[in-house]
Amino acid sequence: MPAAVSITNLSKTYATGFTALKGVDLEVRKGEIFALLGPNGAGKTTLIGIVCGIVNATGGTVLVSGHDVVSEYRKTRSLIGLVPQEVSIDAFESVWNTVSFSRGLFGKGPNPAHIEKVLKALSLWDKKDEKVLNLSGGMKRRVLIAKALSHEPEILFLDEPTAGVDVELRRDMWEMVRGLRETGVTIILTTHYIEEAEEMADRIGVINHGEIILVEDKRTLMRNLGKKQLRLELLSPVDAIPETLAGRGLELADGGATLVYSYDTHGERTGITALLGDLNQAGLRFRDLETRQSSLEEIFVNLVKERA
Amino acid sequence: MNLHAVKSIYMFEMARTFRTVMQSIISPVISTSLYFVVFGAAIGSRIEQIGGVSYGAFIVPGLIMMSLLTLSISNASFGIYFPKFTGTIYEVLSAPISYVEIVLAYVGAAATKSIMIGLVILATAAFFVDLRIEHPFMMLLFLVLTAVTFSLFGFIIGIWADGFEKLQIVPLLIVMPLAFLGGTFYSIDMLPPVWQTISLGNPVVYLVSGFRWSFIGTSDVNIGISLAMTLFFLVACLAIVAWIFRTGYKLKT
Repeated sequence: MPAAVSITNLSKTYATGFTALKGVDLEVRKGEIFALLGPNGAGKTTLIGIVCGIVNATGGTVLVSGHDVVSEYRKTRSLIGLVPQEVSIDAFESVWNTVSFSRGLFGKGPNPAHIEKVLKALSLWDKKDEKVLNLSGGMKRRVLIAKALSHEPEILFLDEPTAGVDVELRRDMWEMVRGLRETGVTIILTTHYIEEAEEMADRIGVINHGEIILVEDKRTLMRNLGKKQLRLELLSPVDAIPETLAGRGLELADGGATLVYSYDTHGERTGITALLGDLNQAGLRFRDLETRQSSLEEIFVNLVKERA
Repeated sequence: MNLHAVKSIYMFEMARTFRTVMQSIISPVISTSLYFVVFGAAIGSRIEQIGGVSYGAFIVPGLIMMSLLTLSISNASFGIYFPKFTGTIYEVLSAPISYVEIVLAYVGAAATKSIMIGLVILATAAFFVDLRIEHPFMMLLFLVLTAVTFSLFGFIIGIWADGFEKLQIVPLLIVMPLAFLGGTFYSIDMLPPVWQTISLGNPVVYLVSGFRWSFIGTSDVNIGISLAMTLFFLVACLAIVAWIFRTGYKLKT
């Protein structure tokens, strides 16, 4: 079975001389939720644009379900639904018309039952005769998704789907995306909200300055790169770390009220037992303790910083 | 051929026309009626016959042609410029649709609208003057060819323009003057010989002359030449459009 999207040595240099992509290789498997993470200007939207046919590549090839996006564009584009980053929909059309228009544009005959299903799934059914103009920002975003789903795509691209969207709608969208995956749709989303990737993705790719830094299963990524912290809240604050505890990588936080110990969960030993013993000897007593796993966000920030 | 897509865009564009029916259809009818009142009735009654017909009847083909030119350009340029401006063009570019199909849909819709308005103006003219159409088939042929050619031209402008000002500048600074100087209101025979020769460089002369021939049976320029020139402009516009899509000019980066 060919990959949903297979990208080989893809590069893009804009007329301005700006190089957005530098030899990107990437494979997205059928049926997965793939999150492409990266800061603004990393090349995410350019990458999507090339796969969808909006941007011409400078070099490299892109296969969608085994078909070339340039020479077999009719085939590949009909397989893809795209939800763009910018909210651009014809404002004067009704929701129903604009979604039906998209279906036709992608070469499918009218199917009111399918449009109805999509609109209902996105809670747009009661707005179907409303002009897009009169909808709230969040509703417009739903309309964009409905348009992308109108022709029953096998692959759905969501370019920053929840930028500027309230928490409730974000949850709804995540729910909807999971539901789509259940039906076998491959989902590729770009985001700079780590939370989103952490919540949704099966695999995560990190892109920065037009290069893919890594592609990893989300759980592996979190496990391999995750550091844990032990935070000890002291009974009485201290001015400095006692000399007997020097060299253990301890840090003071909260004005001396908290001791922070970072350790690697995969190390031979975490050093926690020894540390606690030493603390006792140093006469430091604590009132509370907690451990914290670094989030994907921290991992990401570190990765991007390292390679910058 | 993605016929569903062509139909979708075509119907979408036509829906836009009917949604703005006041601006799209009624305003050209009113402005043309004013031309008939002023030039046909008020001034025309003091002008002798030209080519065997009253001045009012003489200007009918020119007025229709002038509206056809300006409307074809504005319809088609706006039709493609607006999605570029609002960003909705992404959908057309990402759709499984060929360039030929995109042009067919947008230009087809713009030309349909102009032809409709051309016919409405013709019907309006019949209220003001005694209309005589010697060659109805040729009249329709010129109507369709001109609408298609100038819709293509408008499409090119719409793609080239990157602001509303540019969208207006070509119709205003080039097409309007050419239309006025193209024999809309006069026969180029009335001009001094030098200006007659210069006028032959104006493409609108051939359109108006050919169109007028189909009405009154006589013309400034040979009908064969008029038809050939019209086809030449059509081919020239097609070539530019083909180039635009081959290079992605101003559509794709």
